[in-house]
Amino acid sequence: MSTLEPPKKLSLKEKYAQMTRGLGWETTYQPMDKVYPQTQFEGIKIHDWDKWEDPFRLTMDAYWKYQAEKERKLYAIIDAFQQNNGQLNVSDGRYINTLKLFLTGISPEEYSAHRMFAMLGRNFAGVGPQIAAQMQSIDELRHAQTQVHTISHYNKYFNGMHDFRHMHDRVWYLSVPKSYFEDAMTAGPFEGIVAISFSFEYVLTNLIFMPFMSAAAYNGDMATVTFGFSAQSDEARHMTLGIECIKFLLEQDPANVPIVQRYIDKWFWRGFRLLTLVSMMLDFMVPKKIMSWKEAWDIYFVQNGGSLFNDLERYGIRMPKYWEETVIAADRLSCEAWNTFYNYAAAANFNPWCPSDENMDWMSQKYPETFDKYYRPRFEHYRELEKKGERWYNTTLPMLCQVCQIPLIFSEPDDPTQTCYRESSHRGMAYHTCSNGCKDIFDHEPEKYVQSWLPVHQIYQGNCFNPGTDPTVDGFNPLAAVLEYYHFGPGDNMDYAGSPDEANWMQWKGLSKEDPTKKVA
Amino acid sequence: MSKVESTVFLALQANDDTRQIIEAIEIDNPHAVVNRMPAMVKIDATRRLVVKRKTIEEITGMDFDLQSFHVNLVSLSGNIDETEDELVLEWKR
Repeated sequence: MSTLEPPKKLSLKEKYAQMTRGLGWETTYQPMDKVYPQTQFEGIKIHDWDKWEDPFRLTMDAYWKYQAEKERKLYAIIDAFQQNNGQLNVSDGRYINTLKLFLTGISPEEYSAHRMFAMLGRNFAGVGPQIAAQMQSIDELRHAQTQVHTISHYNKYFNGMHDFRHMHDRVWYLSVPKSYFEDAMTAGPFEGIVAISFSFEYVLTNLIFMPFMSAAAYNGDMATVTFGFSAQSDEARHMTLGIECIKFLLEQDPANVPIVQRYIDKWFWRGFRLLTLVSMMLDFMVPKKIMSWKEAWDIYFVQNGGSLFNDLERYGIRMPKYWEETVIAADRLSCEAWNTFYNYAAAANFNPWCPSDENMDWMSQKYPETFDKYYRPRFEHYRELEKKGERWYNTTLPMLCQVCQIPLIFSEPDDPTQTCYRESSHRGMAYHTCSNGCKDIFDHEPEKYVQSWLPVHQIYQGNCFNPGTDPTVDGFNPLAAVLEYYHFGPGDNMDYAGSPDEANWMQWKGLSKEDPTKKVA
Repeated sequence: MSKVESTVFLALQANDDTRQIIEAIEIDNPHAVVNRMPAMVKIDATRRLVVKRKTIEEITGMDFDLQSFHVNLVSLSGNIDETEDELVLEWKR
């Protein structure tokens, strides 16, 4: 045979090995410990970084090829969506409020994740995790960009989205996702990757993307389904990184097991609290329902998470602490959350509403143990007040949890009629948390959480007014001043009923105000 | 609560690229349950699920690069192992 015959193509395994083993080296000018200083202080012991394996064995050439294909698909659809006024095809104007939540509460966290994985790619001492983290960093930047780009079309027609980045850093409830990622970013690299790749991506993101993307499709939102799926195709790789990093850490040294278990306990609970927003999206905000929060929690945490933790038992890892409380809370979570946004409609960047009869009947069916007993009477009461022209707003700022930053709105695990709050003392000061889970987190790292930037405290301290605001003048309206600082304009906040979004929607769709199911003749 | 039975799943976008992949999965995994949801298909299987390149190629009559289905992947669970020939999702216990 001729010697010109090309060499045999490398297998996937060989190509991956070439990239992740051949490219690394031991430094000689500086000791490795100094080059990678952050790998030491958490107490995690790594003996052999080469044991890290990406089970997809993705190499750079394949990565760029498939990412390019995903982008081409996405932008072709976005063009079609914009050119055909796709925003008019969603099930109802109310639906757009889920996108306002998404753009201000989730897309900026894609950007946070981009930053965080860039840092992880620098700080891990092995080539396998460096490459995986770098790819994920680029993915997350792509997600932030494609989401902003896609939703920008809705911003031309609806309120609440115009200053998403500004709002993300200021608006009270957006400190919940913001602080979550900042907490992970300021932890050590091993805690960071367990927090985001394992506890969030692997255990919990299915709860956001699976039912939400299906719901977006069901509600006619072609644009969101498309960016969602484009992001989600990367997500499967991120989830894989999550389970691989856990197995890697657990297999490297038995001393890692209790440290990793504590990270799992902490970040499972942090993630569960973060998903509170998703529960009300599924149960109240999407006009055409796909599944209840409780059903989603059962499929994606109890079943799927249960399978995962069966598997991890061989390493001595157990289910996350307080997981039972999340199952009890599944019956209440969305009602407790939606009630809060109804109360604080003046200070949210979207337009909430009192649930319709149809929505409440659906809730009774999905939550037979709790909805009619605890929550329906409250919503019906609100509706009566609305009819009398006495729509009730809560004008007292709530106490926030020092850890998850959610107002203390959750009930005691053993009593849905009692508000749950816990108190800890640190250096002579009292700190409040919303649950046993958050209290444990605070008590373990009080020096970290006493620094929390709590929006309510900041408002009371006068730090949430525009420069030059004088709170001592006669007739000073603190709420109006805070909303100015948030960059809220008319129509960004307050009820959907009577909002500019509603009026526009009616006009565009030719619907009658008296009976929205009827076309105007 | 008693332990859940360990189940793996694979979710793919519902489109023309995945129709034959799903068909192949059904052939190779008789124990799998295919759930069709708006815009996506979720395939559940007790313990183990395998996607085989050969079966897909037999259905389509064309060469198939297994990595190309990443473009249509939505989510998955289980321990993962991918080679040129197959993708396996599996719980070890």
